[in-house]
Amino acid sequence: MTTKRAQTALEALEAASRDIGGQIYTLRLYVAGLTTRSQEAIRTVTTICEEHLAGRYSLEVIDIYQHPVLAKGEQIIAAPTLIKKLPLPLRKIIGNMADKDKVLVGLDLRSK
Amino acid sequence: MPPETNIMTLEKCPTGIRGLDDITSGGLPRGRTTLVCGGTGCGKTLLALEFIVRGIREFDEPGVFMSFEETTEELASNVASLGFDLEELIHGGKLAMDYVHVERSEIEETGEYDLEGLFVRLDSMIVETGAKRVGIDSLEALFAGLPNEAILRAELRRLFRWLKDRGVTTVITGEQGKNELTRYGLEEYVSDCVIFLNHRVVNRVGTRLLRIVKYRGSSHGTNEYPTMIDEHGLSVLPISSLGFDYPVSTERVSTGIDRLDAMLGGKGYYSGSSVLVSGTAGTGKSSLAAAFADAACRRGERCLYVAFEEAPAQICRNMASVGFDLDQWTGKGLLRFHAVRSTLCGLEQHLGSMIKLAREFRPAVVVIDPVTNLSAVGSAEETKAMLTQVVDFCKNQSITTLFTSLTEGGGPQEQTDPGVSSLMDTWVLLRNTETPSGERNRLLFVLKSRGMAHSSQVREFMLSDKGVQLTDVYIGAGTVLTGSARLIQEAQDEAVAEARHRDATRRQRDLEQEKAQVQARIGALQHKAALLAEDLDSLTGDERSRLETATRNRADLASARQVD
Repeated sequence: MTTKRAQTALEALEAASRDIGGQIYTLRLYVAGLTTRSQEAIRTVTTICEEHLAGRYSLEVIDIYQHPVLAKGEQIIAAPTLIKKLPLPLRKIIGNMADKDKVLVGLDLRSK
Repeated sequence: MPPETNIMTLEKCPTGIRGLDDITSGGLPRGRTTLVCGGTGCGKTLLALEFIVRGIREFDEPGVFMSFEETTEELASNVASLGFDLEELIHGGKLAMDYVHVERSEIEETGEYDLEGLFVRLDSMIVETGAKRVGIDSLEALFAGLPNEAILRAELRRLFRWLKDRGVTTVITGEQGKNELTRYGLEEYVSDCVIFLNHRVVNRVGTRLLRIVKYRGSSHGTNEYPTMIDEHGLSVLPISSLGFDYPVSTERVSTGIDRLDAMLGGKGYYSGSSVLVSGTAGTGKSSLAAAFADAACRRGERCLYVAFEEAPAQICRNMASVGFDLDQWTGKGLLRFHAVRSTLCGLEQHLGSMIKLAREFRPAVVVIDPVTNLSAVGSAEETKAMLTQVVDFCKNQSITTLFTSLTEGGGPQEQTDPGVSSLMDTWVLLRNTETPSGERNRLLFVLKSRGMAHSSQVREFMLSDKGVQLTDVYIGAGTVLTGSARLIQEAQDEAVAEARHRDATRRQRDLEQEKAQVQARIGALQHKAALLAEDLDSLTGDERSRLETATRNRADLASARQVD
């Protein structure tokens, strides 16, 4: 029985990895006001989402000045910070997203 | 602090931490940032947190605490034992806490960024509570979490300026570095006040120390001050700053032994003075100390008895055997024992706990029995320095202190182990003498007693169930005798005196007898003289009557012859 359950878990994992191409991405971009840096980050992230995750992502842009409580809850230190909440693992990408490749790696859309 | 008229004077923000405000002359620089650095486990976090909590509780200044190392729950449970209820303060809206978690593995850097997230979080908390104080523990976690040190350093500089602009008084902590004060050189951002905490282990005994490395625009103590963490939190012991300007009393306190009082100018020790009782093992030092403690309690004064050798119950039992019922005084709250092994902690901790107890209990009399045990945890110089602080503290508080000191047999008797005799106002020396008859007797000398005429004579010191007694030793015929030798000599003297007395009585009796005999003889002779006088009288009477008769007869005859 134990082996059977283990097998099921393994199968589930394999199925999940097959499905990875079709996973829904939940992203949040925290910025501090509409500075040039914030705008650059928003632009880059939107472009990447449209190019790589068209139709299967939700992106929320949050101004920490407006929502300081969220900054605390999400453990935001730096701005801008892009958080990949789903799929796991959770990842934080900080900066103005100047290096697109690094962002892609951070979002697990490209392997290192 | 009284309001300063001089506008140039730096305003201070009192920490409420015992002792720290004394050595910083009022507290930390208000509106500035203070760096607290030191090694692991030296109390940095506690100092920062206590600064915030005491700020709220004692000075009504709300505070914000940002922790990078421990969660709010962890911190709350850590300080709950110190009586700090963080939850309550948070609910009361006076305290805001934030745990900043930086996980290196979760973070990817790409391009430029700033630490505005941190600023926003701090700012919202400051606004929410109206904070005047901020504690940050410890920013170094950022160095581990964020790889771009250039951005980080620029942001830290901005953070400190921002905190200054907000007018909050900030305490940040930093881990001790190898060659610098802090591992990441935080001291370069903080120019106003730097406090260094240290935890030193000497002879396997740990001691916490605090030093003000710099304090711009303010005078401050420069020493390493012993620091303690106890059930009331952190406390710094600025005792070495005590001076000689203590009050001096001419009042006297009884030693508890009448004859010893008599030896000390008839009145005992000076109130507020320091007394040393030294002697070899078993000379009765503790008994003398107990007599003093007992006398203090009898007067209704409080006595703190610091025992390094015996448990309180044992002291009470032993002293009951020489007639001191110390239990009754502990029961009445007049006597408090502080019994610890000297090796339990460092000298500073001993000093600290003694002073803390003395401050709480406010005794009139302190007994430390014996000080010599302290040399187990420190060198002679350190022990002397510590005892100097005890003496200074007690004199400042007008507490009469009695120290006992064990002298090792064989060594010079008039020498104390930690060399403390110069600190003492009165020195009572106890000594054992062995007599040829094979017994040991206790002798007591008053070696010195500043400012009073004291007896220069030796007394025999006796312990019995009736208490401590001093008797004169036998001085005569060029010898000093004690114990049974004294008793024998005294008996012999008595016998001689008795014999002399008997002799004199007999001789007196003889003389009396002789005198009586002479008087008897005088009586007899007088009687005889009286008889003779009588005889003589009667003789003369007869003769006269015979003459008259004869004359008459002749006349009769003549008339008969009718003589013409």
